[in-house]
Amino acid sequence: MTRLAENDTAITGVGMSDVARGAAKSALALTVDACVEAIADAGLTRAEIDGIATWPGERADGSGFSPVGCAAVQDALRLEVGWYAGGGEAPGQYGAVFNAVGAIAAGLCRNVLIFRTMYEATARKTSYANSLLRQGQRQAGAFAWYAPYYTYAAALQQALFFNLYVHKSGITPEQVGQIAVNQRRNAALNPKAIYKTPITLDDYLASPIIATPLRLYDCDVPIDGAAAIILSRMDVARTLRNPPIRIEAIGSSMRYRNSWTQLDALDTQAQPRVAEMLWSRTDLRPADVDIAQLYDGFSFHTINWLENFGFCERYGAKDFIEGGHRIALDGDLPVNTGGGALSAGRLHAYGAVHEACTQLWGRAGARQVKGDPHVCATSTSGGPLAGAMLLVRD
Amino acid sequence: MTARILPAIDRDNEAFWTWGGEGRLAIHRCADCRYYVHPPVPFCPQCEGRDVAAQAVSGRGRIVSFTVNHKAWVPGLSVPYVLALVALDEQEDVRIACNIVDCAPEEVAFGMPVEVLFEPAEDLWVPLFRPVRP
Repeated sequence: MTRLAENDTAITGVGMSDVARGAAKSALALTVDACVEAIADAGLTRAEIDGIATWPGERADGSGFSPVGCAAVQDALRLEVGWYAGGGEAPGQYGAVFNAVGAIAAGLCRNVLIFRTMYEATARKTSYANSLLRQGQRQAGAFAWYAPYYTYAAALQQALFFNLYVHKSGITPEQVGQIAVNQRRNAALNPKAIYKTPITLDDYLASPIIATPLRLYDCDVPIDGAAAIILSRMDVARTLRNPPIRIEAIGSSMRYRNSWTQLDALDTQAQPRVAEMLWSRTDLRPADVDIAQLYDGFSFHTINWLENFGFCERYGAKDFIEGGHRIALDGDLPVNTGGGALSAGRLHAYGAVHEACTQLWGRAGARQVKGDPHVCATSTSGGPLAGAMLLVRD
Repeated sequence: MTARILPAIDRDNEAFWTWGGEGRLAIHRCADCRYYVHPPVPFCPQCEGRDVAAQAVSGRGRIVSFTVNHKAWVPGLSVPYVLALVALDEQEDVRIACNIVDCAPEEVAFGMPVEVLFEPAEDLWVPLFRPVRP
């Protein structure tokens, strides 16, 4: 296998702020909490951070979707960096990590602080920020093809794709519900989770329909919070306090039409070509994966990823998750072990990478997966956006 | 019903959002290889032709996928309503997001044949689709 840039990088520290449905701190204060914790966890000092990356960068639109960008963090922590980037046009939320891999390979930096901040819980109490549309304004750009049709939330666009998936796969609501039930069970063991009270399949089936086939419990929970990781060059990582968590392979491709209407395979979205790229960059196979932190903006994303990563056949996820045993903490492939975005809160794939490292370092306490897991698959998604990483602790 | 959020008009999308005034659905098409290019852009990805312009199509298609929305996202929004993707009969990879109207939400189905109609809104005409009735 050719030497790959990602193999010369490793995650060396992680941090997470308090996560709440309405924080007592500002978005920037939460971000600082996560970043300072991650820097200390890596055994580094602020002076040793020489790169910053985030996704999608500061959006000062009141939505809380990404209220803090590189500049605010750089100044708050008075960092001096050789490289920084924050932008949304990337292969999903892990675009910031892939950019950092490139910057490290280019010799621009050695220790990159990567963060993601959400302030959507507070935003929704102060405005109609849960609507993508602004009444009275004309919509420009790609979303103009959806805006006139009462497409107030990404949930509606995603529901178009998920409903086709249901139609083609024959998955039942009872099977889909296993994702939400499993994650709530895991969240009960995660002190930072938002919702810890277990739910049953009946609770899932009784939850309100948002847009068919999505029920309330299929949707992630908006929060205020921030997560941060440190990505270090491998030679530096080997000198630090934590065992390096290597990036074994990434999937970042866009070999399909990047469009919310013209996406080639609506029912599988962008994931298959991204997973194909990931597996082309490693000798590991799906059977080598110990745990999976799969994107769960909606439970169907997780279901899609089980198939697209190759953990089961196309349209075989319904059998894989039937009864919930295989994806449980003591199952063949524990999935979203901290409760995921559905129950622990929408940290938008960065909660997932934080949980991946927590498990791989054996720090997960009551929810720690047995058997010393050392390979984790993790992913992001959303219509034409998708990215994936395979993380390995030697 | 709540007012629709209308698109900002530019040189490429103007025909799509205005030709409905004459009862026509406009989709860009390459004059050289006859490929339909949607969303509209004056470049043909098949033959690299630059003579790509709006042309009226049949306005008939079928429902590729749909969702029945039940959540009132903003005050005053009437629910349920149907958001769908329609593939045009002329070319499968021309898909149009739309609402399905003149049809109870529970009657909407995958593969259902539909036809375009237009709703006036300010200076524009918004394409919608309804079932083709025998």
